[in-house]
Amino acid sequence: MSGDRSEDLVASPSQTVGPFFHFGLTTDATRGVMAMRGAPGEPVRLRVQVIDGAGEPVPDAMVELWQADARGQYGAAAQGSAGADRPFAGWGRLPTGGDGICEFTTIRPGVPATVDDAATAAHINVCLFMRGLLRHLFTRVYFAGDPALDADPVLALVPAERRETLVAQPAGDGVWMFVIHLQGDRETAFFDE
Amino acid sequence: MTKGQAMHDNPLRGSQPPLLHPDYRSTVLRAPMRPLIQLPASLSDVSQPVYGHLGVSAADADLTRHGPSGEPLGERIVVAGRVVDEDGRAVPGALVEVWQANAAGRYIHARDRHPAPLDPNFIGAGRCETDAEGRYRFTTIKPGAYPWRNHENAWRPAHIHFSIFGTNFLTRLVTQMYFPGDPLMAHDPILLGVPDERARRRLVSAFDFSLTTPEWALGYRFDIVVRGPGSTPFEGRT
Repeated sequence: MSGDRSEDLVASPSQTVGPFFHFGLTTDATRGVMAMRGAPGEPVRLRVQVIDGAGEPVPDAMVELWQADARGQYGAAAQGSAGADRPFAGWGRLPTGGDGICEFTTIRPGVPATVDDAATAAHINVCLFMRGLLRHLFTRVYFAGDPALDADPVLALVPAERRETLVAQPAGDGVWMFVIHLQGDRETAFFDE
Repeated sequence: MTKGQAMHDNPLRGSQPPLLHPDYRSTVLRAPMRPLIQLPASLSDVSQPVYGHLGVSAADADLTRHGPSGEPLGERIVVAGRVVDEDGRAVPGALVEVWQANAAGRYIHARDRHPAPLDPNFIGAGRCETDAEGRYRFTTIKPGAYPWRNHENAWRPAHIHFSIFGTNFLTRLVTQMYFPGDPLMAHDPILLGVPDERARRRLVSAFDFSLTTPEWALGYRFDIVVRGPGSTPFEGRT
């Protein structure tokens, strides 16, 4: 399709975010707050942990999330981070800590009411950056126990034995745990999209 | 024309780095080993509208004015360019974030142990939004090269990190801008992770007299292309 494109109009090559992005990209801790208290929807504290191929936590990853609001709509807020006058942002960005973990405050997304998307299960999209990744990775967080998982058309593209790598588990008090394994037996399913 | 030549003439081919690139050692334990799962555009959320900006002020784009006691040391430069998509359309309102080492090759980051001096008047982080024509512009100082421990006598060429965040994740891009003529580029596993030499050249800024301000600052142009609607995902570009 793109074979006849001028090389000047080919997407610029990606390069790693490197180990020293924090002072440039993640100085604002409020970007972990995707939904304020009072935003419509079920409150979720999504704890994301990143583990490398040696089984060690990745302490220098940057995690970005985006998601629909409680009605299943994207970009409804469309104005940046959550704040007093805008309880839902739909986007977040945090660095992992020494334990490879970062925790986002958000709500469980809704599912679009449109007919053709009816089979989609609620999910949060993940974009992952780190030293050692020359390009970013995409994956998705689904919620354990959701009866819609079986009919989700994206999960259907994932080999059955790997689907659970995309399913966050409840850890009590509104906390959901999502562990990203970059390699190994439990390697998370990543998407090219 | 042979098949090999035909593939080479596809400008997408080799324009993005593979995930596993052992010459860049950190990829070995961090690159996923299994094939990425292809998601058709109809199921993907990368085109869904997202807007992650906080207020950006004009002062954020001048990295030479962020010090408490004056200007940073180093060669003052202007870095400017346009962000367009693969259909050539301007990307207005994109958040452009940059971060870099100081003129001595040292980051302000706590984990940077390179024994080069910090500059009390240089933080090295800036941001701006592209205008209606997709243009951005920063004033900064030219960063220094610095050593890293990837291999014996490894040095990163001077570079400025760029993060582009438009109105969806289709256009998300994190990359690095290099400087023309830097001899370290030929030895850098991160830049060389991009297989196609023509693509690598597009990460090298161009010295530009039209951006150079008399008696003030040298100018470098760095234009950026992001994916557009319906465009090929990354794996088809390695």
